[in-house]
Amino acid sequence: MKILVCISHVPDTTSKISFIDEDTKFNSNGVQYIIGPYDDYAIARAVELKESNGAAITVINVGGVETEPTIRKALAIGADDAIRVNAEATDALFVARQIANVAKDGGYDMILMGRESIDYNGGQVHAMVGELLGIPSISPIMKLEIEGSLAKMSCEIEGGKEFVEVAMPFVAGCQEPLAEWKIPNMRGIMTARTKPLNVVEPTGSNNAVQYQKYEMPPAKSGVKIAESVDQLVNMLQNEAKVI
Amino acid sequence: MSIIVFVESTDSKLKKASREAVSYASQLGDEVVAVSIGDASDSELASLGKNGASKVLKIAGDFNSNQEAATAVSELMNSNNASILVMSQSAKAVAIGGRVAIKQDAAMASNVVSLPDTTNGFVVKTSIFSGKAFAQVQLNKDKKILVVSKNAVEIKEGGSDVQVESASATIPDSDKKVTVTGTEKTTGDVLLTEADIVVSGGRGLKGPENWGMIEDLAKALGAATGCSKPVSDMDWRPHHEHVGQTGIKVAPTLYIAIGISGAIQHLAGVNSSKYIVVINKDEEAPFFKAADYGIIGDAFDVVPKLTEAIKALK
Repeated sequence: MKILVCISHVPDTTSKISFIDEDTKFNSNGVQYIIGPYDDYAIARAVELKESNGAAITVINVGGVETEPTIRKALAIGADDAIRVNAEATDALFVARQIANVAKDGGYDMILMGRESIDYNGGQVHAMVGELLGIPSISPIMKLEIEGSLAKMSCEIEGGKEFVEVAMPFVAGCQEPLAEWKIPNMRGIMTARTKPLNVVEPTGSNNAVQYQKYEMPPAKSGVKIAESVDQLVNMLQNEAKVI
Repeated sequence: MSIIVFVESTDSKLKKASREAVSYASQLGDEVVAVSIGDASDSELASLGKNGASKVLKIAGDFNSNQEAATAVSELMNSNNASILVMSQSAKAVAIGGRVAIKQDAAMASNVVSLPDTTNGFVVKTSIFSGKAFAQVQLNKDKKILVVSKNAVEIKEGGSDVQVESASATIPDSDKKVTVTGTEKTTGDVLLTEADIVVSGGRGLKGPENWGMIEDLAKALGAATGCSKPVSDMDWRPHHEHVGQTGIKVAPTLYIAIGISGAIQHLAGVNSSKYIVVINKDEEAPFFKAADYGIIGDAFDVVPKLTEAIKALK
């Protein structure tokens, strides 16, 4: 079984978000980068499937050379080799096209990724990759089991979940509680250094969507502390008018 | 030219966010055609006219996959000469929209919070970094897909009911690869993502046995219940109640956080709420900085009193 896991290289969830160059660029100064938390579920489940069913795991990232430590971490967790598409991940369509381009001749049985990246939150890439390859895309999945050539998944829908079955190959967007996040051990970190990390050049243009300018949300005007429950109820009823 | 709005329903009722999407589309200038796939009742769909739709197309029954739904939506875009597809933000919407974007060669934006500015190209404001920032995004294709955030626009009321026409789509066998073998409903009366009011509890509640008071308050308010990540990680509450960056993102009118310190990951799931009330005995809890109203006090003392006060109002 061959699994392609797509990872994003994103600011740590506790990062302070700010912008530079007249609000046209994200300020990466002092920011710690991580594998996207949703992508972490994808890689963790892939490693579990490798242990239980046997699989070769390739991890792919679209990004500049600065993303290589993040890619190495995925190798340390248990991926066997990696591909970095040497381009800035400017928008979902561009990223999806790079992944599909790598995947089309790769013979992957499944392509796993997070349901969305936590920087741009588009949630579009899995669907676009599925469409570009002409295979099903299911998201967000919370359970994934393989039985022969069949994948059995549970997928979140509004107000509950849906159980689906699909023959491989397919694309899935992942979320909790798909698998326990894995922390690389020392042996993993050592072997990751020598695992293949191939760099390929991008294909196609990236002008469908352009991020022109950024802004921060308006600051909250400050909390009003109620001295009693009655005062709080009064504020909610007569000031905010929400109850 | 027309604008297609993809509307969603549960238990034959339209989602509030779908009415917002229709209201949004009605401000873009072209004829608005709402498309429903699923179980929405005809009377519900007809009432979309009040929100600005001039026509409603209904495909009865649901498809097994996003792939089939995307083919249907794309076909209806073609037959209605549509250049814009509007959806309300949901996992389903982006899963369908992403595929339609490829079929239509469209530029797509998720989490849209503003009407387009067309003075120089086609620019919308979107929420990014889980609501911690916004971006001005230019869409450079003739066709566009706009996935609109909940609560980004007011629901327009005032038009009259419109005709609901049944529609169909030709789905190739190559799209029919997914089988749905069952569904499971989440317990709870009010859907977390749809709720106008959400009451959430955190570690300050000390244990799952104390959730009765959260549920009582939620019931008095007609609210949904949520929780923080540590609470679902410890299995005090099910995962589908986890509100936050990697859980459910909510955008209610009123969010009440009880015994939750307000970690940045939790705030990322609630920062689109209109009003936030924080109840915490620690006056230094970071959540107070993000709140509109607060009470510094022990949840075990405050919450039952609050429930009684709300009941007395009604």
